[in-house]
Amino acid sequence: MAYVANAVGHNKKTSARRGRWTPYLLLMPGMFWLITFFLLPIIKLFDKATQSPGDNIGQFVQTWSFSNYWDSFWGAKAQFGRSFLFSFLATLLALLISYPLAYAIAFKSGKWKNTLLVLVVAPFYTSFILRTIAWEQILGNQGPVLGILRTLHLANSNTHITASSFAVVAGLTYNFLPFMTLPLYASLERIDPRVLEASGDLYANSWKTFFRVTFPLSSPGVLAGTLLTFIPAAGDYINADILGNPGTKMIGNVIDAHFFQTTDYPGAAALSIILMLTILILVLLYIRRFGTEELV
Amino acid sequence: MAEKSIQEGDLHLENLTKSFGEFTAVNSINLTIPVGSFFALLGPSGCGKTTTLRMIAGLEEPTSGRILIGDQDITYARPYRRPVNTVFQNYALFPHLTIFENVAFGLRRRGIKEVKTEVERVLKLVELPQMAGRKPNQLSGGQQQRIALARAVVNNPALLLLDEPLGALDLKLRKQMQIELKRIQIEVGLTFVHVTHDQEEAMTMADTIAVMNEGRIEQMGTPSELYDNPKTAFVANFLGQSNLIRGTIVGIDGDYRVVDLAGSKIKLPVSRSENLSGNILVGVRPEKLRLHKKGEAKSGNIFTNGKVIDVSYIGVSTQYQVELPGQLTLMVFEQNDDGLEPARKGDEVEISFEPNFTFALSGDQDIDAGSELEITE
Repeated sequence: MAYVANAVGHNKKTSARRGRWTPYLLLMPGMFWLITFFLLPIIKLFDKATQSPGDNIGQFVQTWSFSNYWDSFWGAKAQFGRSFLFSFLATLLALLISYPLAYAIAFKSGKWKNTLLVLVVAPFYTSFILRTIAWEQILGNQGPVLGILRTLHLANSNTHITASSFAVVAGLTYNFLPFMTLPLYASLERIDPRVLEASGDLYANSWKTFFRVTFPLSSPGVLAGTLLTFIPAAGDYINADILGNPGTKMIGNVIDAHFFQTTDYPGAAALSIILMLTILILVLLYIRRFGTEELV
Repeated sequence: MAEKSIQEGDLHLENLTKSFGEFTAVNSINLTIPVGSFFALLGPSGCGKTTTLRMIAGLEEPTSGRILIGDQDITYARPYRRPVNTVFQNYALFPHLTIFENVAFGLRRRGIKEVKTEVERVLKLVELPQMAGRKPNQLSGGQQQRIALARAVVNNPALLLLDEPLGALDLKLRKQMQIELKRIQIEVGLTFVHVTHDQEEAMTMADTIAVMNEGRIEQMGTPSELYDNPKTAFVANFLGQSNLIRGTIVGIDGDYRVVDLAGSKIKLPVSRSENLSGNILVGVRPEKLRLHKKGEAKSGNIFTNGKVIDVSYIGVSTQYQVELPGQLTLMVFEQNDDGLEPARKGDEVEISFEPNFTFALSGDQDIDAGSELEITE
């Protein structure tokens, strides 16, 4: 209709007014989505976190018990620490594994580039839980990893890999690898090869070119990749659940247990809020330290 | 890396060849570029000039042949071990480093102590000392180009390579930078090897030009040698504009040969047509031709019965297309300096020119070679 009105050249005022409102109209679905599925749940979460059990099981009343925060945190401080340690290690490992991979895809893969990128994303076609269970098989007592280690006499029949911190970190690393690889690839691929040639031309050998030019220019990808790995890994509980033991529980497992086993909704809500704010603060500090907004 | 000493010496290319599969980009080039000269490799895109430059810089490995600076063979040396620096086509400045650090990059890699003094010296040389603290994306194209030059010059290389350095600049800035580049080259006294497809750019700056076509050097010489005495139709058409006419040598008259051009007899100095006989191409530059009213052409070589078929006024000169009997069309450029009424379309005219301005080429080549290329660039 607007098109017709414009085409006959009258009603200019109406279309101008409509033009002014268009951005807001376009924002509506998104705003609706954010309010319904983000803002309201967050408010509900804060509301729940200070409640206390009511007369019936599963019923809670608002008592403004801010001590819930401290109590639940203190009860789960080991798991908190472990969460951040595990996700830090997984992020570091993922970076070390992904960087050479992304580098090879960006600069050395030639016509295989697209195939390799599809292969990086391919695991997403299987469910997260199934893949983690598959890792249990791979690392398990009858699995190929231990089999090879035993053949090489690097392990004996008493050595186990599953149900350990190592297995949890390995699982986390594996599961979030594509989140690291893709942003790294994107930033490496954008580097003008002539800038690398210029570095060689200006007396830098391959290593110096890498540390002085390639790596700094890929730092937006490093930043994005580490955040995309660290944030979900810190809140993950599937890997600790399937690949860990009772001594390797992460904060996600505690929240899960509060919700579904002890029905301690306020405790779960308080822990979720603490987790969220801690991650937010860590991320802000990290971006402030390594932020690269000056890059092209 | 720091041990890479800066040695003096002429650049020698010996039978330098580069093939990409079936395609030979550079075909057995032999060249000597003397120390301190401003040398231009000129040719249309795809002629092999950039490949030649990249081989000198070490960014491309030759298929065969040798590259020497003085008597040191650098054919297979890694780029960072060569006393050669390049100004890249799109500058290739490091976007994450300040201008100061961009310029200091080569000095730091070689472990040179006086970084600050040296960087400040070259920033002054390119007249941008106040930009040291900025990032490349805060500079205009012309300023980035100067920094790219400073980043190379600061290393005092035996050889400075420029790969279409002015290609991304607009016309006015390009003219300004041509003069600037020449000034800097004289001031620092380095050997510059400049690759371009712009004949005017090459002629403005270079002492010596090598015109390249299809992987070979067509002709090499000073700008005036190339312009006044082109040896091939390609050079005659690519460097400036030429009227080339097919003709036959029919006799001799003192120091001149007599040539038949579609019925008109003209004279041509023997000295400029040595080793030629029979069918030849006769060439004369459009600005060497004079236009006369019918019956007024008196001396020199004369074409009669011409008719103006097109007139373009371009300020300093007026360019005419004149049709002659025998399906000949000549370009005539007249300076607008005589205050006379210019000829009009349809006027009947005659053309005259000095026999000494006439050059001759062997008749077995394509008369249009090199003339289309410049326009498509």
